[in-house]
Amino acid sequence: MGDWQHFGHGADIGVRGRGSTLAEAFAAAAVGLTAVVTDPAQVNPLESVHVECTVPDRELLLHEWLNSLVFLMATRRMLFSRFDVRVAGDRLEADAWGEPIDVARHAPAVEVKGATLTELAVRKEPDGRWLAQCVVDV
Amino acid sequence: MNLLGVRRESECRWVIEPTGAMRVPAILYADEPLLRAMDDKVREQLCNVASLPGIVGAAHAMPDAHWGYGFPIGGVAAFDADRGGIVSAGGVGFDISCGVRCLLTGCRREEIVAVQPALAHELARAIPAGVGSTGRLRLTSSDMDAMLTGGARWAVACGYGDVADLDRVEEHGCIAHAKPGSVSPRARERQRDEMGTLGSGNHYLEVQWIAEVHDATIAAGYGLRQGEVVVSIHCGSRGLGHQIGTDFLRDMALQAPSFGIHLPDRELACAPINSDLGQRYLGAMRAAMNCALANRQILTHLCRESFRSMLPGAELEVLYDVSHNICKVEEHRVQGELRSLHVHRKGATRAFGPGHPGVPESLREFGQPVLIGGSMGTESYVLAGVAGGEDVALSSACHGAGRSMSRHEATHRWHGRQLVHELAERGVLIRSPSMRGVAEEAPGAYKPVRNVVDAAERAGLARKVARLEPLICVKG
Repeated sequence: MGDWQHFGHGADIGVRGRGSTLAEAFAAAAVGLTAVVTDPAQVNPLESVHVECTVPDRELLLHEWLNSLVFLMATRRMLFSRFDVRVAGDRLEADAWGEPIDVARHAPAVEVKGATLTELAVRKEPDGRWLAQCVVDV
Repeated sequence: MNLLGVRRESECRWVIEPTGAMRVPAILYADEPLLRAMDDKVREQLCNVASLPGIVGAAHAMPDAHWGYGFPIGGVAAFDADRGGIVSAGGVGFDISCGVRCLLTGCRREEIVAVQPALAHELARAIPAGVGSTGRLRLTSSDMDAMLTGGARWAVACGYGDVADLDRVEEHGCIAHAKPGSVSPRARERQRDEMGTLGSGNHYLEVQWIAEVHDATIAAGYGLRQGEVVVSIHCGSRGLGHQIGTDFLRDMALQAPSFGIHLPDRELACAPINSDLGQRYLGAMRAAMNCALANRQILTHLCRESFRSMLPGAELEVLYDVSHNICKVEEHRVQGELRSLHVHRKGATRAFGPGHPGVPESLREFGQPVLIGGSMGTESYVLAGVAGGEDVALSSACHGAGRSMSRHEATHRWHGRQLVHELAERGVLIRSPSMRGVAEEAPGAYKPVRNVVDAAERAGLARKVARLEPLICVKG
């Protein structure tokens, strides 16, 4: 499920992913995004949706990636639990795997309105691992 | 909050004089316990807002202020377009035109208690709520354009509610100068199936009884009688507003350097009002305001249908409908000069005083109703705008209780089912598709709204009119 965690932010929630590569950190942050709504372990990766984003700024690329997933969750009424992410320069391509929302089984707590620029950070940590994080509005 | 460098001007008014990049003072309205309990980030964010180009007077924080993104939630700031003023997507928020509509049922509490479980069941069935829920309507592209320009008027024309409702809605139910052409295809797609839905999180439809009247004259003028029942609907512009906020936050962050605006933090992303991006945002934001007004109008109709199926003859007249996440052009007197300003209210309610032409004629002598939602299962308030409010904080007041605990912490402390059971024993029926959502919205995870409205009254922002206690709460 990746190395993700939530961090506190008043009324909203911060999502943080870590990984040995930038792409792994982006994928882990996406699992953290799902965890705002439901337990990712309850989401079966049954079908995939292809995602592409291009933004000339690494932090805004994370912002765009998470917002692409927010859009897909809202319009396809799906939840995602597995993310195959590739990042090359200012371009991200990914396959997000998940299933349609099942209210009884997933008990979705809250919808994510959007990823914000607050606490937005993408960086290589002193231990050599990548960190990708921002606050999402719920 | 660290109060070093904060000067107490009066019991509930605290001033931070401009230092560094600040162009105007930052003013906080709260009693000392509320202020000390606020996050230091509120102070930091308010001082950042005070440094933005074209800000007029001061950056204000309401008694329920808390850490937001860019602007603090509970932040109020006005900008002058002719003096380099900016508009900020973060200063309005993702839930554009989120607000509260209050309906007067005319029913006594006993009448509702007699049908309470059946009414709760019926409302939960009729009101689409929660993640993934959809409304009855499917909007075509031309329907969408008509909704985005027509607001609640469009909804009434479609058969949702009555023309008389519109007199009691901010701007008569329709915000001028909306530009549907500035609304992205993604925002439209997010809204296609979401008209007439409540949403999730802290949004709700609540049946409440008037437990206490604080100002008998204004309460009578508003039609609020002790022991009678009202319905409060708290929601906003749904997916459309969320996507517009997302789109423009990104565009403003990318284009900020081209405007030569120095931002202490990227989250303050903004654009000059007199720029193409600023004007496109304002046009899209106004379209989202119309979406929110239409949404609350449709929910009003659904609620009336449910009430009439149990209580034939129930009218559910609109008391008022007012938003608390907006940017509006208003006339304000600044040092004797009448100026047209773009007023951002992010988690703050407009509160025009008695006699203001922006208040419906039938309510004008009493001041504008200010609708304050409490947390799930706790009290809410109706306040009224006061004379002199314009000079305090641009005719603005608080909007709610404000969280005191993270969602994560709340789910560790409470269980949804147990909360529903405990509240039912106290006579409050909660209906929600998500027990985790109920736990995250536990009453104990919020500050007491009573302290917030008391501070708002003592600060001269608004006057308490009535206290409402819940009977039924439909949550997302």
